[in-house]
Amino acid sequence: MTVSLVFLTALMVTFAGWLLWSSFNVRPWEAQSATDDPAQPLPSMMSAGRVGLIVFLAVVTSLFALTISAYMMRMEVSGDWQPLPIPGLLWFNTLALMLASVALQWARHGTTRADGSMVARGLWAGGIGSMVFIVGQLVVWYQLSVNGHHVDSNPADAFFYLLTALHGVHLLGGLVVWGRLLARVRRGAAPVSVHSHLELCTLYWHYLAVVWIVLFALLLLDA
Amino acid sequence: MGEREYDAGAYVPPAETEEMELVHPKTFIGKYIWSQDAKVIAIQYGVTATAIGLVALVLSLLMRLQLGFPNAFSLIDPGEYLQYVSMHGMIMVVYLLTAIFLGGFGNYLIPLMCGARDMVFPYLNMLSFWFYFASVLILVAGFFVPGGSMGAGWTLYPPQSISEGTPGSEAGIVVMLLSLAVFIAGFTMGGLNYVVTVLQARTRGMTLMRLPLTIWGIFMATVMALLAFPALFVAALMMLCDRLLGTSFFMPEMLSMGETSDHGGGSPILFQHLFWFFGHPEVYIVALPAFGIVSDLLACHARKNIFGYRMMVWAIVIIGVLSFVVWAHHMYVSGMNPYFGFLFAITTLIIAVPTAIKVYNWVLTLWRGNIRLTVPMLFAIGFIFTFVNGGLSGLFLGNVTVDVPLSDTYFVVGHFHMVMAVAPVLVIFGAIYHWYPKMTGRMLNDTLGKVHFWITFLGTYVIYYPMHFMGLEGVPRRYYAYGETTFISDSVQTLNVVISIAAFIVALAQVLFLINLVWSYYRGRDAGPNPWRATTLEWQTEHTPPRHGNFGESLPLVYRWPYDYSVPGASEDFIPQNVSPEETRWQAEGRQS
Repeated sequence: MTVSLVFLTALMVTFAGWLLWSSFNVRPWEAQSATDDPAQPLPSMMSAGRVGLIVFLAVVTSLFALTISAYMMRMEVSGDWQPLPIPGLLWFNTLALMLASVALQWARHGTTRADGSMVARGLWAGGIGSMVFIVGQLVVWYQLSVNGHHVDSNPADAFFYLLTALHGVHLLGGLVVWGRLLARVRRGAAPVSVHSHLELCTLYWHYLAVVWIVLFALLLLDA
Repeated sequence: MGEREYDAGAYVPPAETEEMELVHPKTFIGKYIWSQDAKVIAIQYGVTATAIGLVALVLSLLMRLQLGFPNAFSLIDPGEYLQYVSMHGMIMVVYLLTAIFLGGFGNYLIPLMCGARDMVFPYLNMLSFWFYFASVLILVAGFFVPGGSMGAGWTLYPPQSISEGTPGSEAGIVVMLLSLAVFIAGFTMGGLNYVVTVLQARTRGMTLMRLPLTIWGIFMATVMALLAFPALFVAALMMLCDRLLGTSFFMPEMLSMGETSDHGGGSPILFQHLFWFFGHPEVYIVALPAFGIVSDLLACHARKNIFGYRMMVWAIVIIGVLSFVVWAHHMYVSGMNPYFGFLFAITTLIIAVPTAIKVYNWVLTLWRGNIRLTVPMLFAIGFIFTFVNGGLSGLFLGNVTVDVPLSDTYFVVGHFHMVMAVAPVLVIFGAIYHWYPKMTGRMLNDTLGKVHFWITFLGTYVIYYPMHFMGLEGVPRRYYAYGETTFISDSVQTLNVVISIAAFIVALAQVLFLINLVWSYYRGRDAGPNPWRATTLEWQTEHTPPRHGNFGESLPLVYRWPYDYSVPGASEDFIPQNVSPEETRWQAEGRQS
């Protein structure tokens, strides 16, 4: 519980601090003419989509932080925890997901350079890398179950299946968006027009890659 | 006015606000069923929540029949009693209160009060409602599955909830957990909308510190809900695994009929931590929007600016943060380390400070105000009384030594019904009486409204006040019948009869309210655009009820905070947010000459 508590408190305190900070020097009861209100241009990094995605990532972070703290509590609560062997394939999967993330970043770079083929190739590579990752994870599940590590055999196994499934489902959700983006590019959308969408996609992939590294590190620490 | 520093919080959108592309469907289905208009979605949320809330009300009446007149009616058996207790709690907390405050009032008021055309992600908003609707359908299906609905209490504690013998452990619990998962998915979509709309789609001049407190309350509650609901989601997912896949996240090894169970080593306490990590913020997810709405009702109907606006905002934010570090005060009897309990008692009592600030500010807003005892105002004042009463018994329960003997007695039932059931519901009623004229263009009937208020307000005291005394005597909650129990005096049964009769009278008063809603829709007095002479933007729309897109040709410009009531020298006793200082000066001069 400590993990998620510290994390969520930090999140809330940062957010509350930002809200409070911007309220100290304000005198809300004073009316102002329009001429006194210099219009601030919206910073480009603050588009609605981007803010929406960041808020969503905060929600997903809360989900994983809580699951991880449940994992840590369950590990210590009774003596039945048996760490599971690390399948070697996980290293390969990790590499595939990293490459997918890098490929999408490359595609994003393509939109700023208005290079259509770069965007298309980057998107394809990113999607295929992610699919390889998901298939790889399923193979890992198969290998584990063949070796007698079923979902109900040990809490360590159960948490492995739960965490990988949660992560995989989020990646699948990302792939749906990826598929729609790819369809637009294949129909000949200009690189500039997909820039903002691709940017959000890339951010999401980087985020999921980081989450996977954290999960994998937890697994390695346990073994 | 000199140089002002601008930062993110004071951000003002550019003069040419980028116009949103709104979906304008032509067909009835597109307009009212698969609607992407936040106002229609709000009403869909409100109607669905009210409908399922009425189901929960009927469940509570069935329980009251049993408690008040045991043996006289044999409508329900002990198993069903537990199922109705559980479903009543779950429906009221999650499917009624959370949904109606955030999905209902949030959807209706956020775009209008911020001066936006609609939510920023209208399609997601529509999906949010339909996910909610599906979760309600799944929930209702739970009543009809073999073994009946879930019956382990709304807290769903394992191992009880998924062990053989508990009512609803066959299928009811699985249906319940699925419904919760769908609800949370739907809520997340809606919640993203509410947060991003408040942050991104405010009209020009609408700084964060010029937002009505209603929006502050809904905004902060949404942020909390987005971070807290994942805890319930994870807990539901893990319990589903325990129930369906045979894992042992929460299930310890159990001996039943001489046989050991397949589970082993799981921690029921782990579930309690996860559940209350959601469950306590949930109390404030319901309370904060109520705080916000009540502030606006008081200011408007007392024709006075809210006392200490900034302090009210700070209190909302601080309560939001603190509510994440108090969850274990629900678990004092779980065998935790006493020092751990001590820590949580302290954080719990600290929350009383910002909450008390809010109560003082409400009372000081009323002080020397030009109070009009309209129906919304009656409900708002009723809320202050009920909230203070319920909140004070919370201070008792927050202390470990007091909580331990009172745990699982009627004292707890009395406390949380006062503070988190009646108080927010009074605000919901007040808010409906206040905003119904904007939603429909007609006023609700005043006399019926006053009758509804007095029966509801006084009736709930008859229902919940005696419960505190019963709790002090040690009467346990969730019991179907008490039988011959020596420590329970005979007068408890008399009280139970009184409570049950009061409950039926209060329930009948709600029928009056429903009749009023329907009758006024057709026959109510014409409201005009701004019947309460209020300052906030939703009353300044071109049409009443506002059309899709909310405002006319251009979005309103905001020059002032929402609490300019009874400003000295002004020609009227309110100045809407979109009236510029030049205009008021001009009006004042015109009056003098």
